[in-house]
Parts: sequence; structure tokens; C-alpha cells
Amino acid sequence: MRVALFVTCLVDLMRPRIGFAALELLETAGCEVIVPETQTCCGQPAWNSGDRAAAALLAKKVIAEFEAYEYVVAPSGSCADQIRNEYPGILAEEPDWHGRAVALASRVYELTDFLVNVARLGAVPGNFAGSVTYHDSCTGLRSLGIKTQPRALLAQLPGVELREMNAAEDCCGFGGTFSVKFGEISAAIAERKCTNACATHADAIVGGDLGCLLNIEGKLRRMGDTTTRVLHVAEVLTAKE
Amino acid sequence: MESRSRRFKANALAALANPVLQGNLKTAKGKFVDKRAIAIREIDDFEGTREAAKNLRNRVLENLDLWLEQFEENASARGATVLWAKDGAEICRHVVEIGKRHDVKKAAKSKSMLSEEAGLNHALTAAGIQPVETDLGEYILQINDNEPPSHIIAPVMHKGLDEVADLFEKTHKTPRKTEIPALTREAREVLREHFLTADMGISGGNFLVAETGSVALVTNEGNGRMVTTLPKVHVVVTGIEKVIPTLEDLSTLMRLLPRSATGQSISNYVSVLTGVKQPDDHDGPEHLYFILVDNGRAELVGSEFQDMLRCIRCGACMNHCPVYQTIGGHAYGWVYPGPMGSILTPLYTGIENAIDLPHAATLCNQCGVVCPVKIPLPELLRKLRETQVDTHLRPWFERIALKAWAWVAAHPKLYGLGTWFGVRYLKWLAGGKASIPVLGTAPGWTAGRDFPAPEGRTFREQYAAMRAERRKSS
Repeated sequence: MRVALFVTCLVDLMRPRIGFAALELLETAGCEVIVPETQTCCGQPAWNSGDRAAAALLAKKVIAEFEAYEYVVAPSGSCADQIRNEYPGILAEEPDWHGRAVALASRVYELTDFLVNVARLGAVPGNFAGSVTYHDSCTGLRSLGIKTQPRALLAQLPGVELREMNAAEDCCGFGGTFSVKFGEISAAIAERKCTNACATHADAIVGGDLGCLLNIEGKLRRMGDTTTRVLHVAEVLTAKE
Repeated sequence: MESRSRRFKANALAALANPVLQGNLKTAKGKFVDKRAIAIREIDDFEGTREAAKNLRNRVLENLDLWLEQFEENASARGATVLWAKDGAEICRHVVEIGKRHDVKKAAKSKSMLSEEAGLNHALTAAGIQPVETDLGEYILQINDNEPPSHIIAPVMHKGLDEVADLFEKTHKTPRKTEIPALTREAREVLREHFLTADMGISGGNFLVAETGSVALVTNEGNGRMVTTLPKVHVVVTGIEKVIPTLEDLSTLMRLLPRSATGQSISNYVSVLTGVKQPDDHDGPEHLYFILVDNGRAELVGSEFQDMLRCIRCGACMNHCPVYQTIGGHAYGWVYPGPMGSILTPLYTGIENAIDLPHAATLCNQCGVVCPVKIPLPELLRKLRETQVDTHLRPWFERIALKAWAWVAAHPKLYGLGTWFGVRYLKWLAGGKASIPVLGTAPGWTAGRDFPAPEGRTFREQYAAMRAERRKSS
């Protein structure tokens, strides 16, 4: 199957290795992976800031770039949800674009969901060994039902021990622009998340959305924790250590 | 009540620095969230019940005027007087007039958030009628110089035991007590006197039942029953959206309300009050008034914010909100805090008066999944943000930054160039370290945490290089 990888703007900027890990996982699952080169951002920051025009501009761009492919996969529940569940509403007033948004929507997947439920990845390529605790990112969890998929994939690695943290489903406090507009509140919420995660004494905090991971990592380091690793689930699944 | 929502950021910082509040918030989260999670398991089909509740509330809102007329007709037939209030000032005018008509000196109140919206206590005092709050939490706030509540069902959740002990000692002029049972006994003794001497009882109303003309009250302390049965006059102050068609509908909503609010299967008291005292009744008011209040609600009917009118004031959204759990209720600045407050405050007090509130949410949707009437709270918050943009209420630099960023993101070559420079700049700032402690372009981020350093080359660069490599080797 032909799969277009939506890298996401944060991965492009901050952690390209997550993009390459996603690429490797999809190829291992037998997909032909295309990375449309003109892709930038899904437009969620504009949409959540109330700028419908800017959100629509970027929605149309993504639709035009990705609608030709059988599937679109993103290593982020948040971005996948934006394309899948928000684009039709953003473009509701433009019948042609709305139709194209709807036609694309059901083919857009978060990475772990796609690997488990569509591509049915047989064997995970990595050899990560250590204990991990999993943070469920809000949008993936509550809008796309991402909960068992990453855990099922991690369970395929014999060296991984999953230690569930208390309140794993609680928000980490990122919230996109919220993290900058209300930095103190955001960081205080992140502190609760880090405290819960660290109480498991896991070697790594793992999640499926880079925004949350940057927030958690930033708070951990500020709290003086320099050893707990913060990793995207795709990095863990492809780790060669 | 005058809104202090404009000062949200300053209020929130003060809340973060308040150790008593922070301690109480931690305990409250455990109580409300965990207890609700257990209580909802008692219902075989909780999701189905939520859906039924949503549908029945929607059915009301589609013909709100007709249900209100039916309520008025049935309440009037049982001897009650139904009055209408456009805003808070009109609520106050009605209650003061009723007080004068019946020569009222003292009014005992059970909890009513609408009386907070109206600032009713102030108006009563000015008119020479003594208002006495009889909900324990509200009473504590009243004797603390009419402090506003910080939660819609647990109004003093921001207070510590010591503070209450001090207040009671000072107000009641009794020896200081620090045990909760002793403090509640003292409150009970003080309030009993007020129940017996009040000429008027004022209550809110959780629901108005159209088919019987009744008001349903959901309480835990029993003060609601005292207030509504002992004084000769009972005034119910509630919003026009609280009407429901039938007692059967009430039973559906009652399966959800106490469980969502306090994690109780049923509250200690559920009262359905109908009409004035009849000749063979043992108790009840001789005069019963309903003041049905608009105060911004009618305008929401048929608008893109109509879903908000389904709200049954359980507080589950704030109990589960990561922001509320971090800053408590006072920071929001008006009557209603948390997600529902961040929607109602701008809608009822003016969008321009609560600019920060719709943005003070991570849009995590924990509120949306626990709301017993399935209000899409994050979606309504986002719509309010959109309304702010459309009406030019956002700061100019934010508007320009968004437009410029979107324009660049729509031009891949330019975007590639920008990110090429951006990641190198950030990498340079990190100076070989894994994170950046102070980021001038996003001071909000680094106020409370580091900014992790980027790898140093964008994905698109590395991918292009990899493709070139692959082409060369093939």
C-alpha cells in the first residue's frame, strides 16, 4: 500500500529522527512510503487560535498534497486529528474543498493506530531494552482512541518493561500556544505529569506526540532530572541500542 | 457580581503562589475525580444515559418558550407567581419588591449561583433586608466580607481549616474550634436561629419541571429544605434554561447530576417543591415566587453557543480540568470557573471583558468527555477564540504573527529557508547542551521549564540528503 508520511512541523524542526523512525516502521510493515516534499504544517496552531482563514489556507495545501495517496500517516495524534476531524469543519463553507476534505479524512491515521490496525506490522524492528512509562496524549486518546495501539507495539519488544504511571491520561499542560501564552500554568501542569511519570522510576517517558514530549522533557530538565529519557514511541520501536 | 476576569493572568499567578489553595486543589482532585469514576460504574449504560440527557436538554432548547409557558401555567395553577427578569438588576428589583410586600426583615438563602450573578445580597442589604447564606460554604464566604465562591458546588474549596476556625471565632465570638464536627455544629446552631426567624427563603433551582410547575432542588446539607419550607415566603431564582418537560426527565438527569458533581449515587436531599402551602399541609410557604432569569441566556438560543445552555451545573468540567486543578476558581474572575466558566463568562459579561478565558485551556477535552450532557466544551472555547479574531479583539502582534506564519507555511521554499535558519539559531542558543534555559522569543515557555534543543538539521534537509545518497548509490 502507498502511504504518504505527514512528518509534522515539530518533528521536521526539532526531532527529525522521529520522522525517520516512522519511515522505517512503515517500510517494515511493507508500505511504499512517499514523503511529499512541499509539506509544512497542518495549520492546527491557527485553527486553535481562532484564525479560520489561516487554518483553511493550510488545510487546502495539505489536502492538495496528500489526497492522491491511499493513506496518510502522521507520528502525532494531534496532527492526524486535525486533518481527519477538523478539516471538514474548517472548509464547511466551500462545498468543493469540503468534499475533498471528507474524502481524505477517513484515510488519515496516527502512526501506531495505522501500524496496528491497518498495516498490521508483524515484527517491530528495534531492540530497546529498559523500563518505560507511557503518556497518553489528549487528542490522540480522546479524539482518535489511541490507547492500546502503542502499548501493543511496545509489548512486542521483549526488553521493554511498561510501568503505567498514575493519571497517564491527564493532560501534560502543553496545549499548543497555551504553553507560551500561559507558561506558568502550563509548566505547573507539566510538573504534575513529570512527578507522576518519575514515580514509576522508568528509564524513559514515552509518548506519541512531540509537543507533549518537548513539554515534559523541558520540565524534567528544569526539575533537575538529567537522566530520564523522553522518547517518541517510534524512536523506541526502531531503537538499535 | 463585578467581573475580575480581565485580570486572569495576575489572578492565576497569585493562585499558583498560594500554598493553602494548592494543597486543597490536590485533595479535591482526588475526591471529585476518583469518586465520580466509581459512581458512574453503577449505571449500566452511562454513555447512553448521557446521550439521553443531551437529547432531552436539546428538546427543551428547541422550544424553550413553549416549555416556559407550560411551566408558568402549571406553577400559577398551584398558587405560585412567576416573574421574569431580564438581568441581574431586575432580579434584585423583584426580590426587594417581594420583600417589601411581605414586610421581610431577614432572608435565609440556600445556594443560588444566579444570585451571585445578580449581586443579590448587596441589593438586599441596601434595601434593609438581611440576607443570610445557609449553605455552609456560602455562609463562610459571607462572614468573610462576602468573598466570592471558587467552585460552583464546593464554594470554599480554596480555604483552609485554620482560616475557617479564625472566622468562626471572630464572627460568633466563641472559643476557637479546629475540629470539623465542632465547627459544623457551631454553624448549625447559628443558622438554626436564622431559619426560624427568617421571613423569606431564597433558593436557586436545579430544574424546573414544566408538567407540574415544580422546582427540583439537589442539596447535601438540608439547609435547602429549611429555607424553602419554614419562612412564609419562598423565592426561587433560576435561569430560564433550567426548565425540563417531565418528572421522568428529572429522573434521567438525577442519575447523572450527583454522580457527575460529587460522585454520589444520590445527594442527601432531593426536593421537588410544588405550589404554596395548602390548608392540610404541615409546612411550606404561603407565598411562592419564581424569578426566571435571562441575563444573557435567551441570546444563546439558536446561536453557535446554544449547546452551552444544556449545562446542569454539576462542576465535573472544572473538577477534571488541568487548568482549574492548577489555579482554582477565583482566577477566572466571575461566578463560574473552569471550562464552563470560560465560556459563560465572556458570553454573559461581554467577550471583551474576558479575553484570556477562552485561551486558558489546553483543549485536552477531559471536560468534554465527562460532561453529563455532552457539551462540546473545547469546541465552544475554540469558537470563542474565533469570535475574538473576527471582532479584532486579539492583540495586533498575535494577529500579525499568525498571518505571517501561515503565509510562510503556505510557501514551502520560504518555509524551508526559515526553518533552516531557525533550527541553526536554536542549536546555537543551546551551545552544545541538550536544552535552552532562556528563550527570548518564547519567554512564557522558559519561565517554568527548559526548551529542548533541536537536532540541528530539519527533517526535509536530512531526507533530501538521504534521497540524493540513495540515488547516487543506485
